[in-house]
Amino acid sequence: MTLQDKAAVVGVGSTPYYKRGRSLPQTPFELAGKAVLAAVEDAGLTIDDVDGLALYSMGLGGDTSLFAQVLGIPEVRFTATLTGGGGGAAGSVGLAAAAISSGMAECVVSLMTLQQAASRFGASYAPRGKPGAQYSAPPSPEGNFIQPAGLMGPGQMFAVLTQRHFHLYGTKREHLAEVAISTRENAIKRETSIMQNPLTLDDYFNARLIAEPLCLYDFCLECDGAVAVVTTTAERAKDLRHPPAYVRASAHGGNGRWGQAIVWMGMPDEEYASSGHRPVAKRMYEMAGLGPSDVDVALLYDHFSPMVLMQLEDYGFCGIGESGPFVESGAIRWPNGSLPVNTHGGNLSEAYIIGMTHVREAVEQIRGTAVNQVEGCEVALATGGPASIPVSGLLLTKETG
Amino acid sequence: MSTAYDADQVAKLPDERIISLTPDVWTQPFWDAAAHHRLVVPRCTACGTFRLPPSAFCWKCRAQEIEWVEHDGRGAVYSFTIVWHPLLPDVADSVPYVPAVVELPNTNACRLVGAMVDTRLSDMRIGLNVELVWRDVEGGVAVPTWRPAEGE
Ligand SMILES: [Zn+2]
Repeated sequence: MTLQDKAAVVGVGSTPYYKRGRSLPQTPFELAGKAVLAAVEDAGLTIDDVDGLALYSMGLGGDTSLFAQVLGIPEVRFTATLTGGGGGAAGSVGLAAAAISSGMAECVVSLMTLQQAASRFGASYAPRGKPGAQYSAPPSPEGNFIQPAGLMGPGQMFAVLTQRHFHLYGTKREHLAEVAISTRENAIKRETSIMQNPLTLDDYFNARLIAEPLCLYDFCLECDGAVAVVTTTAERAKDLRHPPAYVRASAHGGNGRWGQAIVWMGMPDEEYASSGHRPVAKRMYEMAGLGPSDVDVALLYDHFSPMVLMQLEDYGFCGIGESGPFVESGAIRWPNGSLPVNTHGGNLSEAYIIGMTHVREAVEQIRGTAVNQVEGCEVALATGGPASIPVSGLLLTKETG
Repeated sequence: MSTAYDADQVAKLPDERIISLTPDVWTQPFWDAAAHHRLVVPRCTACGTFRLPPSAFCWKCRAQEIEWVEHDGRGAVYSFTIVWHPLLPDVADSVPYVPAVVELPNTNACRLVGAMVDTRLSDMRIGLNVELVWRDVEGGVAVPTWRPAEGE
């Protein structure tokens, strides 16, 4: 037995997307509440119907107990969070489907709330503890083996993986630029996007280098906001306001020795220059009875542009090491590419709400209501991570299998 | 990559204010040896598998007992980045610095991360042979850094 087609996403909601710090004086709970209320309203449900929360990272900006109390959720029957960080974005909907297909809950909310006014993820592994030092993460015995080299932000760490990908496969900065530029093209067609100006190849190559081979435009935005989705039983989904986006399959995790990934750098050689998604992709496709050629739109977690390239490989849209030429061919462009990617503008150009915008876009693509709609979209892929495990994938479909 | 460097531009070291060690019982011997400028890598006494960072279990056979094996600190760059943007004010005067992941021969491919010293940016490449140089920092602590091996 799997969770295939037992549940469907029926509601999506969000706050506006803000540049970092601009959501003040709203509290994180307030942002979360607004997104959840919008999502249940979108579904044609009310908060009285909600009985579960399936989360990832620090999705609520606080604890379920206070949130349920403040919003007046009648009875909480399921509340859980995937371990790890942003890698759980797509997987949190899989967690909701697991709760629903097991009968523990019937109407489960997944969400992400982000307010970067006080904390900046860019330096999230910077050591603390030295008097006078700027800090973010508490130092750990394992972190001691990378921080003294000056590796203190995810972008620097993913740059090291990218350098290896360049070395092994001949990937070039032009390939990263194509990810950044195609994503921007999608973003500027949407009112909700933070970035509204086109990005040219000249802009890209004139941008300052941050951590080679990555420049400014290879990095995602820093944002505030909240995005929520509501998942319920496939049965109940049929009678609600919008066509259901069925959860065909979801998987999360990764190979054990992928482990902490960028914060230990000891991943096995054969998957070092990868997104760590390969085992997750395999299990997800097996559960779905679908393969990469069935996917109509891919919403790939894009905190850093090279990780879109590596996910294209790990999800089987091209061969390992072939993502550079694949994107160079125009394949990921909307609307004419063979596999439109990040039609919403992604973390890079629309908004960075740690991947939840990708889930929202997958739902809208399945409904047929996306701003940059892929014609005849039947199967949408959303992913979370790369990050420390778990990373995650989610396949939403218009029809049941 | 297409970036051209000033031929003589040399990697800096990240300011030592970012260095703060918090060893546990498994990593302490590594840092004790480091303070004496010795590189030691823990090896499982049951199956012979090396592991870095030092940890409570052998990931291959799950045994716990280890022996500390001396290593000459020679290896090759597995990957690296050149950091141009200082994430913290503490390192504002330290860029560009170059964190490098180095694979240690004869350790079943354990990797050790350190910043490059005495290295021209234009010489950085994967496969560069390097040797370990201990960097003494405040508090009687030393951390690994790398420089190109002779002949490179
Ligand atoms: Zn062993």
